Amino acid sequence: MSKKLSQLSPGEGASVKSIDAGPLQAKLIEMGLYQGKEVKVLFRAPLGDPIAIDVEGYTLSLRKSEAQLVLVEAN
Amino acid sequence: MEIKKVALIGNPNTGKSSLFNLMTGLKQHVGNFPGVTVDKKTGTMQLSAHRSVEVIDLPGTYSVFPRSRDEKVVSDIITNPHSEYFPDVFVVVVDATNLERNMLLYSQLHDMGLPLIVALSMYDLAQKNDWKIDKQALSAALGGVPVIAVNGRSGEGLEELKRAILHFKPTSSSLRFSEQAVRSLQHDEALQSADTIARYKRIKEVLAQASKKNDKRPVNEFTTRLDKVFVHPVWGYLIFLGVLLLIFQFIDSLAAFPMDWIDQGFGALSAWLAGVMPEGVFTDLITQGIVPGIGGVVIFIPQIALLFFFLSLLEETGYMSRVVFIMDKLVRPFGLNGKSVVPLMSSVACAIPGIMAARNIGSWKDRIITILVAPLMSCSARIPVYLLIIELVIPDEKIGFFNLHALVLLGLYLLGIVTALLISLVMKWIIKANEKSFLVMEMPLYKMPRWGQVFMTVLEKVRVFVFDAGKVILAISVILWALASYGPPERIDKAIAAIEQPADDSEEAQQAYEMEVNAVRLDNSYIGLLGQTIEPVIRPLGYDWKIGIALITSFAAREVFVGSMATIYSTSDNYEEDKSLLNRMKSEMNPRTGQPVYNLASGVSLLVFYAYAMQCMATLAVVKRETKSWKWPLIQLAYMGALAYIAAWIAYNIFK
Repeated sequence: MSKKLSQLSPGEGASVKSIDAGPLQAKLIEMGLYQGKEVKVLFRAPLGDPIAIDVEGYTLSLRKSEAQLVLVEAN
Repeated sequence: MEIKKVALIGNPNTGKSSLFNLMTGLKQHVGNFPGVTVDKKTGTMQLSAHRSVEVIDLPGTYSVFPRSRDEKVVSDIITNPHSEYFPDVFVVVVDATNLERNMLLYSQLHDMGLPLIVALSMYDLAQKNDWKIDKQALSAALGGVPVIAVNGRSGEGLEELKRAILHFKPTSSSLRFSEQAVRSLQHDEALQSADTIARYKRIKEVLAQASKKNDKRPVNEFTTRLDKVFVHPVWGYLIFLGVLLLIFQFIDSLAAFPMDWIDQGFGALSAWLAGVMPEGVFTDLITQGIVPGIGGVVIFIPQIALLFFFLSLLEETGYMSRVVFIMDKLVRPFGLNGKSVVPLMSSVACAIPGIMAARNIGSWKDRIITILVAPLMSCSARIPVYLLIIELVIPDEKIGFFNLHALVLLGLYLLGIVTALLISLVMKWIIKANEKSFLVMEMPLYKMPRWGQVFMTVLEKVRVFVFDAGKVILAISVILWALASYGPPERIDKAIAAIEQPADDSEEAQQAYEMEVNAVRLDNSYIGLLGQTIEPVIRPLGYDWKIGIALITSFAAREVFVGSMATIYSTSDNYEEDKSLLNRMKSEMNPRTGQPVYNLASGVSLLVFYAYAMQCMATLAVVKRETKSWKWPLIQLAYMGALAYIAAWIAYNIFK
């Protein structure tokens, strides 16, 4: 089922489907978020935002608004 | 080809700067790239007994397409072979534990046909995690580009890297990661996205020939466990608060000693010089202007050094990014970002290191806002002023369990924090930025700090402060000294002649006479005259011209207020042991109103004025250094001055 990365709960894994076009698209892809990449939400900040995710072995943190740009397929 | 210039290039957090320190040791220098506020670190490395090369540490970047000012600097250099910074060879620092993402930048540089050497960092860690990397196979896959594992902690591999630079020969390989010419994509983000995806695909294929990644996702138990605590909704904030308190406690107790030594040392130096040099204007300039001026720069070093010692510890261990993570959402509504929090909190000790620490904020707008509001945080130099005025005008009563004096002091700290946040909010609407604020940030694993790295950070920050901001501070303090020491000669002579001669030869009488003379000198100096000129302007705040003088001299440093008051009232400035300054100020009457000058209304007005006014030339000099223009320090001076005046006026009228 397709979801936004921002909708995943901690512990939930998914694979990246696409990134919304816009000024952050290239940046997010450069950071390794491209189609087929396995990601997992590790934890959220106390106020639910930002979130920390595992990107095949390294930890990336991003704001919820940024995670909304990432479409994923939940495992 | 003989290599003369080497550039280090790589992603942030790859151990690039520790490799730079390893290569150059103390033979390094921090300057800036022309026209931008990005630090330029250069140094020299000894390759062999007779050969040395120049090394430049380029700012960390994820790709050649710039997304920040730091990255723009890198992109400008690598696309311009005529740039004076363009090196003969690039050492690409690649984090072996995150090979694929790190190879993206490499692939772009490779396709541009640049001369490259790959330095694999964290190689030992990758091996331990069972990510086998075959260096020779990788080198072969990249068409013969040298691949060397270098350990930033132990220095292992450094000699091999030196040999590779010494014997460097450009390779030409047919390998291309993408068919697109990198240069043609500079301005089209959609094309960049497509190109980057194509590159990753090719990188995977190339890496498959040289490395084997363990399928088992590596879980760092240590980091996972620590994160459970450090980003916990309750423990996370409590620990951060505790860490801050601990740092302030250390700075407070440790910085005082060297600051006293510096103070006394420069005082002794002045006195000694005054004794051995012939009397005259030149000697006065040296002993009263320049030597104390240099002392006024050096006195900041202990605080700057200690604060950056702790901040780089937080950075090195990986804790700093967790602070950013838990604070971001809290401060974002005010136009700040998570990275603003530590610079602002540091400003509670002293705004200077706080503003220097704002360098880590990637977004230009967020950084400018942080710098502009940092001096509103109540710094330690305000404490002596606050304590004196509170003692003078606030009744010594208890409200419940709390002492009123302590409550007022606490209120002044809160006033600083709340105002800083509100002003940020205003600035957020006023300042326009082309770039969007974002916080896509790597969270490093928790690690033991590299002490060498901590030491180099402290050294670098102290150097930058002393040699860049120091010049401005010295110049302004000499000017302030001259204005406070000289005035129309006839006027001063007449005023001194009017003082009653000491009644007898006793030391006390002589001392009292000396104090009177000093008071008269200050009153009739150019600053004294200026204080009298501005009296009509500050009268609505409840001040007289004597306070006016102290306000102007405070520009050298806020705590000078106490000393100036002591000089003006011819008393000792040690008001805790010797009550004469307090008593003298308490009995000062305003001839206009017949009321005491220092009453509740004028006192609160002064407190508010000191909470808001930008009375610190050292901070202004540092803002100039950090923003590379006089525009921002002048804006800061103006807005804080206006804020101080209006708020003090309101406070005076409320309590009148």
